[in-house]
Amino acid sequence: MIALIDYKAGNLTSVRKAFAALDAPLFTPDRPGDLADAQAIVVPGVGHFGATKALGPDWIDAILERVGEGRPLLGICLGMQWLFEGSEEAPELRGLGLLGGQCYRLPSTDVKIPHVGWNSLDMQSDRSIVEHVAPGAQVYFTHSFVAPVTGDTVAVTTHGQPFASVVQRGYVAGVQFHPEKSGDVGLQILRNFLSLVGPA
Amino acid sequence: MLSKRIIACLDVRDGQVVKGINFEGLRTAGDPAELARRYNAEGVDELVILDITATLERRRALADTIRAVAGELFIPLAVGGGIRTEADAAAAVDAGADKVSLNTAALSNPSLITTLAERYGSQAVLVAIDAKWEGNRAAVYVRSGSTPGHRDAVEWAKEAEDRGAGEILLTSIDRDGTKIGFDCTLTAAVSGAVSIPVIASGGAGTLEHFDEVFTAGRADAALAASIFHYAETSVQSLKQHLRQHGIPVRL
Repeated sequence: MIALIDYKAGNLTSVRKAFAALDAPLFTPDRPGDLADAQAIVVPGVGHFGATKALGPDWIDAILERVGEGRPLLGICLGMQWLFEGSEEAPELRGLGLLGGQCYRLPSTDVKIPHVGWNSLDMQSDRSIVEHVAPGAQVYFTHSFVAPVTGDTVAVTTHGQPFASVVQRGYVAGVQFHPEKSGDVGLQILRNFLSLVGPA
Repeated sequence: MLSKRIIACLDVRDGQVVKGINFEGLRTAGDPAELARRYNAEGVDELVILDITATLERRRALADTIRAVAGELFIPLAVGGGIRTEADAAAAVDAGADKVSLNTAALSNPSLITTLAERYGSQAVLVAIDAKWEGNRAAVYVRSGSTPGHRDAVEWAKEAEDRGAGEILLTSIDRDGTKIGFDCTLTAAVSGAVSIPVIASGGAGTLEHFDEVFTAGRADAALAASIFHYAETSVQSLKQHLRQHGIPVRL
C-alpha cells in the first residue's frame, strides 16, 4: 500500500480518487510508525508552508528512513515544496531537505498571484516522471509560492518568471501542479510515479 | 503562459441538469455525470455545478450529484447554490468538490469566507458576485438576483479577496441569458481591482464574445452554460477560435 500523508492541509478526496482510478489505493497513516510497511509515500497539500509544522521530527525521520530504503516519494504542490530545504513562507520551519534550495513567492509584477489555472510544462530533462508526457502539455496549478530551478528540475513553467514545476532525483519526485486535477496528463504522471513503486 | 479557462456550468435541480440540453448521443439528456463526461472529453477546463433545488432534501441529492460527477472527471469541480454554512461546504467538499462557491451567504456572513479559506485553503473558496448597473455603479444583488445587496461590486470583490477568497465568479445580471456578450466594462473593473482570478459570466452568445471578455474584459476565465448545452458551439471549436485569435488556451 502507498501512504498518503494527511497533515490537515486541505482536502484529499481528489488525490485518493485519482490513485483509486489507477488501481493504487492509498492508506492514511495515523502515526509515523505506520509508515514501516509503506511501499511508497505521497505528500499532498495546498495552502501555507506553515501547515507542514504538523509533520514534526518523528514524521520527518520516518519519511527519510523510508526514502533511504529506496521507497518512492511524491510531493504534490505544497508537498513538493516541502522536499526542499525550506520556504520563505514559513522561515522558522525546515523542509525535508532532500532537494537543495529555498522556496519563494512568485513576484506579482505583470501577472496575477496566486497562479491559478492551466499552464504548460517546458521539459528540461528526460526523466521517468514525465515519460509519455508531451512537451508543452498543460496541467492545473493553484499556488503562490514556488521552488527554484535547480539540477533536479525536470520541467519548468513560466508565470511572470520560470519556476520548477516538476522535479525528480532518483525515487524522489515532486510536482507543483495538481496531477489529480490535470486530466489525462496528470493521470499519466501519477502512473509514472507508480511505476517507480516496487512489489508489495 | 497561463491559459484562459473555459468553464461549463451545469444548473442542477433534484439531481438533473435543467436548462435545455441538446447534445446528440446522450442517453439521458439531463444526467449531470453524463454531461460532465462529455464536457471533459471536449476539453473543458473546469466545471461548476450550480444547485437550484429549493427543497430540504436538497443537500443529500446534491452530494449524490457531486459524487457522480466527480467520479467522471479529473479537472477542477466547483459547487455552488445554497451553500450557507461551514457544514454545507464540508458536505460538498467531502462529496468531491474542489471549490465551493458562496454568494448570498458570503454577503450576509462574510466571516464564512475566512472560515472556509482557513479550513480548505483560499483556492477552494469562490465568491460569486451577481451585479447590475445602477447609473455608473455596479450594484451587488443576492438571492438569485432578486434582492439588493447594498454593496458596490468592485468594493465587495476587494473585501472578498481580503477575507480569503481565491477567485471571483462575476455574473452580469444585465447580460445573463441575453446572448449579446459579456459585460466587459464590469469584468474589467473588478479584474483590475483584485489580484485573484476573475471568472466572467453572463451574456455569452458567440465565439467573438469570448475574445472580447479575455481582452477588453481582462477576464481570467469565462463561464457559460446554454451556449454549450444547446451544442451551438463545442468547447473544442471555441478554444480553436480563441487560439487563432492569439488567446492562450489548453487544447
